[in-house]
Amino acid sequence: MQYMLLLNSDSAPFMKMSPQEMEKAMGAYFAYNDALKKAKVFVAGDRLKPASTASTVRVTDGKTQVKDGPFAETKEQLGGYYLIDVPDLDEALKWAAKCPGAHHGIVEVRAVWPSASDTALEYKN
Amino acid sequence: MSLAGIEVAHRAAEAVARQSYGKLVAFLAARNQDVASAEDALAEAFAAALAQWPISGTPDNPEGWLLTVARRKMIDTARGQKRGVAAGPHMQLLSEDLAAAAENQAQIPDSRLALMFACAHPAIDAAIRAPLILQTVLGFDAAAIGSAFLVSPAAMGQRLVRAKTKIKLAGIAFRVPEQDDLAGRLEAVLDAIYAAFAEGWSDPEGTQTQRRNLAEEAIWLGQLVAALMPGEPEALGLSALMLHAEARRAARRDAAGEYVPLSEQDPALWNGAMIEAAEVLLFRASRAGRIGRFQLEAAVQSAHAARRVSGQTNWAAIETLYDGLLTLNGSPVVALNRAVAVGQSRGAAAGLAAMPEADAALEQYQPYWAARARLLAAAGQPGEASVAYHQAIGLESDPAVRRFLQRKRQALHL
Repeated sequence: MQYMLLLNSDSAPFMKMSPQEMEKAMGAYFAYNDALKKAKVFVAGDRLKPASTASTVRVTDGKTQVKDGPFAETKEQLGGYYLIDVPDLDEALKWAAKCPGAHHGIVEVRAVWPSASDTALEYKN
Repeated sequence: MSLAGIEVAHRAAEAVARQSYGKLVAFLAARNQDVASAEDALAEAFAAALAQWPISGTPDNPEGWLLTVARRKMIDTARGQKRGVAAGPHMQLLSEDLAAAAENQAQIPDSRLALMFACAHPAIDAAIRAPLILQTVLGFDAAAIGSAFLVSPAAMGQRLVRAKTKIKLAGIAFRVPEQDDLAGRLEAVLDAIYAAFAEGWSDPEGTQTQRRNLAEEAIWLGQLVAALMPGEPEALGLSALMLHAEARRAARRDAAGEYVPLSEQDPALWNGAMIEAAEVLLFRASRAGRIGRFQLEAAVQSAHAARRVSGQTNWAAIETLYDGLLTLNGSPVVALNRAVAVGQSRGAAAGLAAMPEADAALEQYQPYWAARARLLAAAGQPGEASVAYHQAIGLESDPAVRRFLQRKRQALHL
């Protein structure tokens, strides 16, 4: 089953890091990416630009409303994601615990609905 | 069909139900973690058994019979839901399972432990774990569980459905965790069983049949886990703890139905066979050389049970056991129980000094105020003891215990 790891954290400390600290922090993510790929569970993963760059769109009664800023005004914001393919929740939780994002923020783990064509396959796994 | 025939079939179905219900649910749901569908299919299989067994006689292998019928129901349901191309591979897999089950009817693998670990998974809300185990392993319905846990049947039903949906959609595996994770995960399973026991235990007179059954069922579940994991001392410790507590049920009320505290109970009323069974379990647990919370709590109960033979309670030993518990898990309730033991072994002043600071949770906890009141009275502070008894009385829901506290308060020499 595929699971999405949603990395939520306060980006302020990141912004204040010295170049050396930033390199160390990014290094942890690079190592984590490599570990995911080596274990053949990596499907996708990206870091998002700061929440301050977000726009939200809502269409009501055919009218498009665009607002500046993220959906929720909280200190911890979505800052990146991983999509991994593992057999069950326990495996997903183990990978989430290894994610650097879990050490400076919160990682939400969500199972992904399989697309219709994959449904039959799911029963085999 | 004759009435006697129906009764025989009912009894046969009930006997199979207790031994096999959880085994069949676990086996039927293991492939796709779909507990709800497995339960629905099994309910239909039991209904079919009650209709057919009086006529055709109870089958030689009732478990296998129920499994085959339930499997067929699941295939029918899948056929109804998945028309067209997508149903192909799924149907084929179910049919293969059915064929394998038919061949292998004598040995249905026992995955109840794996089912319990799924029910007590950290991703499942802690409050619903015990109800979920009672339902999936023992087949309790939402109404029975709701009344035991003082929740409306409708609300309990919804919470159970939500938890089962989460097991399926989040992909919680039916698996006994690997050694690295086992200790923590086993503790969650044991906690859930103990929570079920505590609900049954909170009705000391045993007047509410539903609740008394809950204590018995929890003991049965505890023995099941202990039998399936004989090398886990904490599983044995939990069984010992529950048996020790259950052994005193008859002594907790006098002939007039009044509350009798442990220190005033007549040991002759305790169930000797249960105490001995508990002692055997605790001894076996101790040989593993891995101490834990349930073993220590069972050892405290064992020390109380020793009064049956020695006529006295070794409070210093109990204090030492609570020291151990406090090191393992520094909960305010453990600290409170330790303070009670200190009060008995080293005097009321020492007991009062050992009392934990009252936090918001302890402020609402009747035993905190009752213990405080007893220590204050023993320390010669009846005015403060009276205030503490007043708090305890206000927090107690059991009328017999409330009357006991009121008598103690009246007896203070103010």
